[in-house]
Amino acid sequence: MSSPAGTLEATRDTGKGPSGGGRWFYFFERDRVLGSLMLSPAILYLVLVVGYPLLLAFFYAFSDVTVGSNKFDFVGLKTFKTAISDPTFKTALAHSFEITAISQVLVVVLCTILAFVLAADFKGKWFLRFLVLLPWTTPVALGAIIWLWMVDSIFTPFDWFAAKLGVIPDGGHLVLLGHAGTAMGTVIAVQTWRMLPLATVIVLAGLSSIPRDVEEQAQVDGAGFWRRLFSIQLPMLAPVILVAILFGVVFTFTDMAVIFILTGGGPGTATQVLPSWAFYKGINGGNLSVGAADALFMFPVLLGLSAVVLKLAHRIGGE
Amino acid sequence: MAGREVGTARGRVGLYVTAFCFAVFCGFPFLWAGFTMFRQDSDLYSTQHNPFEYSKPATLEHVTSLFTDTPYLRFIGNSVVIGLVVVGITLVLALPAAYALARLSGRWGVPLAIGIFAVYLVPPTLLFLPLSRIVVLLGLQDSIWSLILVYPGFTIPLSVWLLVGFFRSVPRDVEEQAQVDGYSKVGALVRTVLPLIVPGIFTVVVFTFTLTMQDFIYALAFISSSSQMTVSVGVPTNLIRGDVLYWQSLMASAMIVAVPVALIYNLFLNRFIQGFTLGAVKG
Repeated sequence: MSSPAGTLEATRDTGKGPSGGGRWFYFFERDRVLGSLMLSPAILYLVLVVGYPLLLAFFYAFSDVTVGSNKFDFVGLKTFKTAISDPTFKTALAHSFEITAISQVLVVVLCTILAFVLAADFKGKWFLRFLVLLPWTTPVALGAIIWLWMVDSIFTPFDWFAAKLGVIPDGGHLVLLGHAGTAMGTVIAVQTWRMLPLATVIVLAGLSSIPRDVEEQAQVDGAGFWRRLFSIQLPMLAPVILVAILFGVVFTFTDMAVIFILTGGGPGTATQVLPSWAFYKGINGGNLSVGAADALFMFPVLLGLSAVVLKLAHRIGGE
Repeated sequence: MAGREVGTARGRVGLYVTAFCFAVFCGFPFLWAGFTMFRQDSDLYSTQHNPFEYSKPATLEHVTSLFTDTPYLRFIGNSVVIGLVVVGITLVLALPAAYALARLSGRWGVPLAIGIFAVYLVPPTLLFLPLSRIVVLLGLQDSIWSLILVYPGFTIPLSVWLLVGFFRSVPRDVEEQAQVDGYSKVGALVRTVLPLIVPGIFTVVVFTFTLTMQDFIYALAFISSSSQMTVSVGVPTNLIRGDVLYWQSLMASAMIVAVPVALIYNLFLNRFIQGFTLGAVKG
């Protein structure tokens, strides 16, 4: 099955040549027919589990549907007005952007440095790779629980470090999740921590595809480490870093698990984000239509992202 | 992948220092979880000593209670079954679709490929509300089958995107030769192309399995009885009871899932990177 020689033998054994199949065989051999036969199951599946519910989400947002009822009344833009008029909505939207932007800038810088570290030879590399993979192999919810314990208001080890450094008095508490600023900082740290492994793997893949001779030639020509980094490697890595950002933005902007477990949107509404707000409204609050309207505000951002993907794909397709 | 050598002494020191900083950033939460999971309650809830020392002997009590007092094994079983079935569905649907997009679909290939990948950008947080109704209509609420049904919605687009790159990397001659030798197109595909894209299939399996493990929102919205829960949702709902959190068991539950999977991924990381290079970077 795997070696070409074996394949040839098998041909003769089964005798499955063009002569064996008849008219239907030729019908299926046509690119168009075969192509649509191979494509349609996947497309059909996606239409059913993504396309149809997406349409329903729009439909909900223009209606007054709740969890308990089965009646749909078309109410136009009223639901959107209700959604926007809630002051928490604007806060949540701003927080979504803030968390995504800051954590992704951090991820891009850190994953590029980390990829260069992991591309080098050193003792204990195997162990570092293992540690770097851990945040990725931990389900988000469980990772958030570990952080919840790590920043616990009383038993956090950071209090001990802070006391040693003299930031707080002995026996004092930082209460990281209790203040708006530090709670936000913690959420950003968790998002950076959990997105770093995938971004690093993506950049490593890009790094390994840079032809070694380009770099060696530059070295022969006398370009130092920083020169090679900024004139050769980073420009060649740019498209790959874009892919990493794309993944990072989608995962971070649409995530509600970290907020749900770590802060519950608090203190107050200091860390409420759009996806968690939609969940609290739609499921906990039982108001499907307002929840759907809230969630739909993520759509323009994701459309913008699709444009980036399109550009990327166009560039790649053009090669 | 052969590593690059860092020559100068200053470079080597810088390398080790940077590596150490990343190890701390990525690994510290797990170090802390590891310290916590073996502590006795009286040791855990004490601020009187250095947090990295044990004031009471270590105990396995909270780790074993995870298996005896909660359906933790059931959660893992559910997650594994869901992961495997979804991997199966994803491969069956994504492999032919990616092949068709790479080879057969002519001028429709690129727009269709973009369209399919754009599906990946539609987030679960947008779909879970309507999907929770659809799941009820289908009578799948409170069953792992509801998750098996919806997860391919995000694993197929990603897998198709990766696999298209792989199929493009296989020279057409390979198939044409097989066709000259008397195989049908499908026969040539199965006999000659599939063996060549094994690294791609491997990459897809890893990605798909990780994605199903990561989901929280669908599992939270669709499932309410413990026997059907995945690790992601079962652990928090069973070990967080109001204000009481069973910290040692919670930490253990995370470590037991994360460490073995990370060890396995680490073994195959180079392969995975090769796969991603072909699929997403060069494709």
